[in-house]
Amino acid sequence: MLRKLCIAVALVAGTAQSLLAAGVGDPQADFKAFRKYFTERFSKVPLNDFVNGPYSMDQGLRKQWKAIDEFPPYEFAVEQGKQMFATPFKNGKTYADCFPNKGVGVRQMYPMFDAKWGEVITLEVAVNKCREANGEAPLDYTKDDMAAVTAYMAFTSRGKPFDIKIPDDPRALAAYKKGEQYFYSRRGQLNFSCASCHVQSPGEHIRTEVLAPALGITAALPIYRSAWGGMGTTTRRFRTCNEQTRGVPLAGGDELYRDVEYYLSYMANGLPISGPGSRP
Amino acid sequence: MTEFHDAPDAARRTILKGAVVGGLASFGLGAFPFPAFADVDAKQWPGDAFKAKSEAETLKALYGKSAEASDKVSLDAPEIAENGAVVPIAVATTLPNVTGLAILVLENPNVLAAAYKIPAGAQASVANRLKMAKTSKVVAVVESGGKLYSASKEVKVTVGGCGG
Amino acid sequence: MAGTIRVRATASGDTTEVQSLIRHPMDSGFVKDAKGELIPAHHIEVVEFEHGGKTVFTALWGPAVSKDPYLKFSFKGGKAGDELKVSWVDNKGASDSLVAKIQ
Repeated sequence: MLRKLCIAVALVAGTAQSLLAAGVGDPQADFKAFRKYFTERFSKVPLNDFVNGPYSMDQGLRKQWKAIDEFPPYEFAVEQGKQMFATPFKNGKTYADCFPNKGVGVRQMYPMFDAKWGEVITLEVAVNKCREANGEAPLDYTKDDMAAVTAYMAFTSRGKPFDIKIPDDPRALAAYKKGEQYFYSRRGQLNFSCASCHVQSPGEHIRTEVLAPALGITAALPIYRSAWGGMGTTTRRFRTCNEQTRGVPLAGGDELYRDVEYYLSYMANGLPISGPGSRP
Repeated sequence: MTEFHDAPDAARRTILKGAVVGGLASFGLGAFPFPAFADVDAKQWPGDAFKAKSEAETLKALYGKSAEASDKVSLDAPEIAENGAVVPIAVATTLPNVTGLAILVLENPNVLAAAYKIPAGAQASVANRLKMAKTSKVVAVVESGGKLYSASKEVKVTVGGCGG
Repeated sequence: MAGTIRVRATASGDTTEVQSLIRHPMDSGFVKDAKGELIPAHHIEVVEFEHGGKTVFTALWGPAVSKDPYLKFSFKGGKAGDELKVSWVDNKGASDSLVAKIQ
């Protein structure tokens, strides 16, 4: 299996280069090429179904997912997140005071470029910035409370289309390009890029997992993963991916993670938020 | 409308409904639902059956008999489990007078995964989520009219449900 | 342990369908922690469902039931507004119970 994937990786170089070359950091051109690649290669998958990751690629998995989604284990996290929103900080303020629309139904706007900060702010970073601005300690980026509050926020945005903006600001464009570059760059002992798996081989098994397509891949986060026996955030999933490809996991809030999430979510513009999600 | 769009709306309504029924004290409704005193008799737990290492041993401990295969027992389990930690498995039967139902995973360290007592008036069907250590035959057993009937299916597991 | 039970009970005609999700680690006793030590078995043993003063279903669970266990079954009887009591006890003697309304 690994040998097959290594051969596939060699092919990816070509595919990835052509995807990359299409716009060379021109978001609109990149978007068109990315969308065209996935919808042509997986012509039988309805566009909005890509957000269901491996379940859009494999019927056997899909059936099991539907069974679990009838009463999904992430429900506890959503409730906990709702509780967190209802519980004031020590200074009397709440999460609602930090977000547009009181934090309800806004997840699809993240990540967004923060002009004051000059960098991309993800939902998880926004949560911690909110906490710090109100005298609270930041949350661990990978699970527990962070997963709960982002699960609740994702849930309130279910079905809403991704609406990621790249404003006319060279810093925003630079962040987008950095994210795109991270996505296509090889790293780690296995010398895989994100694209090696998620552009070249969606639907295929790598060891025991069925690979999700890169199109819409951030839509279902945070996720309750059977493998973790619990919830994990976008940060956790990125870190696990790095670990699985024998690369170096980055810390939560790292600029590269924020930028690659920005790139991937922009590519998913128009696709519906499906989070929080269940995954193997 | 794609299939996806139907799911989250329905799920959202159901989850919100479920959240009401689930009842946290903070909902402040006072009336239903409310936490209650659990006076469950733990003695009814069949400890010996849960320690059994074979199908025969399990059924002897649980029901005192052995099972015969029957097409009237239906076992719904995936061909390949997406993850051995959470395998959705459902059992149903058209047999009459069902009083018990059990699900065995033959390659698990302990064969009996779950058993159900079905009083008169309950439907002879159940859906649950089980752990499978590795690829294994799954056996569904139904006690009907005092006799045991079974159906089995092999479920392939690539990622074991026991942490390995 | 309190507040662990979530129930959806829906009456349709003369049948009530019950789905339950319980927050519980359901540790099998076969998994090692980060230090390499076995996490002891901690799982629900019995779940009981009562309606109208009678037990309508009983689950006898072992460590092979998944974490945050789910169950779906149906019973005859029950109508919207009726109470359904769900209780569980685990191998450590912990328990929880909830009275829910059938929808």
